[in-house]
Amino acid sequence: MEKLRATSSLRRSLKSILNRQLSSVSEIRYLNGKRSCQPTFNLIRDHKNLGEANSIRYRCFSSVSTVVQRNPSFSTLNPDDISYFKQLLGEKSVIQDEDRLETVNTDWMHKYKGSSKLLLQPRTTEEVAQILKYCNSRRLAVVPQGGNTGLVGGSVPVFDEVIVNLGSMNNIISFDKVSGILVCEAGCILENLISFLDNQGFIMPLDLGAKGSCQIGGNVSTNAGGLRLVRYGSLHGNVLGLEAVLANGDVLDMLGTLRKDNTGYDLKHLFIGSEGSLGIVTKVSILTPPKLSSENIAFLACRDYSSCQKLLMEAKRKLGEVLSAFEFLDIQAMDLVLNHLDGVRNPLPATMHNFYVLIETTGSDESYDREKLEAFLLSSMEGGLISDGVIAQDINQASSFWRIREGVPEALMKAGAVYKYDLSLPVEKLYDLVNDMRTRLGDLARVIGYGHLGDGNLHLNVSAAQYDDKILEQIEPYVYEWTSKHRGSISAEHGLGLMKANKIYYSKSPETVKTMGSIKKLLDPNGILNPYKVLPHSLNS
Amino acid sequence: MVAVKRVVDYAVKIRVKPDKSGVETQNVKMSMNPFCEIALEEALKIKESGLAKEVVAVSMGPSNCVDTLRTGLAMGADRAIHVEASRDLVPLTVAKLLKKLVEIENPGLLILGKQAIDDDCNQTGQMIAGLLGWPQGTFASKVVLDKEKQVATVDREVDGGLETLCLDLPAVITTDLRLNQPRYATLPNIMKAKSKPIKKFTLEELNVEIKSDLEVVQVTEPPKRKAGVILSSVDELIDKLKNEAHVI
Repeated sequence: MEKLRATSSLRRSLKSILNRQLSSVSEIRYLNGKRSCQPTFNLIRDHKNLGEANSIRYRCFSSVSTVVQRNPSFSTLNPDDISYFKQLLGEKSVIQDEDRLETVNTDWMHKYKGSSKLLLQPRTTEEVAQILKYCNSRRLAVVPQGGNTGLVGGSVPVFDEVIVNLGSMNNIISFDKVSGILVCEAGCILENLISFLDNQGFIMPLDLGAKGSCQIGGNVSTNAGGLRLVRYGSLHGNVLGLEAVLANGDVLDMLGTLRKDNTGYDLKHLFIGSEGSLGIVTKVSILTPPKLSSENIAFLACRDYSSCQKLLMEAKRKLGEVLSAFEFLDIQAMDLVLNHLDGVRNPLPATMHNFYVLIETTGSDESYDREKLEAFLLSSMEGGLISDGVIAQDINQASSFWRIREGVPEALMKAGAVYKYDLSLPVEKLYDLVNDMRTRLGDLARVIGYGHLGDGNLHLNVSAAQYDDKILEQIEPYVYEWTSKHRGSISAEHGLGLMKANKIYYSKSPETVKTMGSIKKLLDPNGILNPYKVLPHSLNS
Repeated sequence: MVAVKRVVDYAVKIRVKPDKSGVETQNVKMSMNPFCEIALEEALKIKESGLAKEVVAVSMGPSNCVDTLRTGLAMGADRAIHVEASRDLVPLTVAKLLKKLVEIENPGLLILGKQAIDDDCNQTGQMIAGLLGWPQGTFASKVVLDKEKQVATVDREVDGGLETLCLDLPAVITTDLRLNQPRYATLPNIMKAKSKPIKKFTLEELNVEIKSDLEVVQVTEPPKRKAGVILSSVDELIDKLKNEAHVI
């Protein structure tokens, strides 16, 4: 556990910030509707008059009191910078309005809040290039931002970095109906892309709960996983090309639309998943699968975790090519959803089961898929793998099953304080961690386990009425050490961001991390892109 | 006896066929009409409370109607009847066919959905009641059966509020949205449904003609809503209201 001191120079009075944070309620679009979040940010003020600078000890609820130093080599904004940007982008795209800055400075979970004074909204790649060139020459730190739905604090400033939001670059450039290759700008919202493709008879290869707000540039930069990864694979496989702008303003045009291209090093993979720390992605070319007509979904109950595992193995073998999603929730998660969300009905009301599994199949022939699914489920039931289950008879029932699974994060937010962990573990060991955490925490908090069982991805969440260091001590670093021991990943799909910036060694060797540092130094010598995140602070000189 | 209809799924985006003769139904997800699901659920509830011996589901149309009947059986119906018919049936024909089936089966209660979501006719229930001379309780939001007195007390949703009727059995009831929430088809029931009988009838056997008095001339989409215009000043607003919309 590290304890560092946070220092930042504040221009507003601390009292007004405290009041504003405690009383603001923001509405953020999530899932399919609006929801209001209450800030669960507990700011502890440590006033120490060190001349000009004031220090704040941030309490980040994911790791014990990490306190980050603002890098003194970064410049601060001056009026000349503002006038340059206004001249470059026009008045409308340069935002200094306090209310708007408030929203873009805070992440979706209201855990992280920066103090940026400037939001820029470029409309073309050329504008992005000019912005970065200027910021690089002036040594101004920059945070690339998309839909701001990230869960590890990677999309908001830590101090006063300039926010470059790509939301205005939301054009679909082209779509080839024969090959299904979509070329679009990075600011396109995922749900809009899904609707556009729906009209053409195609779908996006990724789908996640945040689709109403997240942008494709952000999805690519964080290598988002989602619900359909088990069928369509990760973005590394589906992204055919991208255009990115480096820290010095150079534009790398790697926007190929070719399925196969083995000419040289495939640099686009560096940008997929580097969370904006190597370059800003401005355009994406992505391969979209055709929309298949028959979708079937079943909601099943299992007695214990080993049945869930065996069910997964059987599903992969018997449903094979039509399996498109395999998710699981435990009894705590189900209970939370039923209690905290409106309009949600338990599909298996007879009794509460220990585990619930959601299986979805997508294929081209309705009756064939149906028979296959029914045969598989009936044989699993006879074999004792499933205790009970229902099959959706129409689209409404199908959406209600998805609502239960996609609603778990929302229900957790409503239940109070939540500590979120996203881990990749070997499937046999996955649930052992949840049981271990339950024993460790006892009555202190509720432990909930759910996730993409098909990919071996556990979303471990600890829910309590309030944030409490005692709880945090029991969780970290135990969770990371446990994961590391089983050679798992401490961040399966959420990324490292700010939350896990110093935790990478739990999942990657020191030599690997050192090489990553060299690449970062090569592509961004001044370190202006998304500083303080992804790689450990000790790597920065 | 419950009549169920196979329609385009409620959540599907409807497209009109290019020749404007109807709605696109090829490769589109079909399921049981939501109101028919509610009707079936009510029938199952009545049977579970001991007031009925069995629930028979009926559907009319081409062979894929059997899928909908299987869903009905999986929800809990005991038997199903399929009337083979190749063309789209209008409500009057359906009512005539139902009359014949009622004469064969002799149900104590006939429950239907209030309307089908593809044609929104809202006619079949009323017509069959008229043909049979049975009392009818339409748009039911609550049904209470009294077996001894052989009456059904039905709360109806009408424009002015709720109306309560007392019907002598046998009667026809059509169901409205708030009557109940249909159950899911569980796996054990789906398994049992495979062995439940589905009886087939043809139109000749039932001696009913499908001469339709109605002809669909054209099907078009409603006019697309025009996009709004964002104005930049009050003067522009006044100008538009005066010169374009002619309201001031």
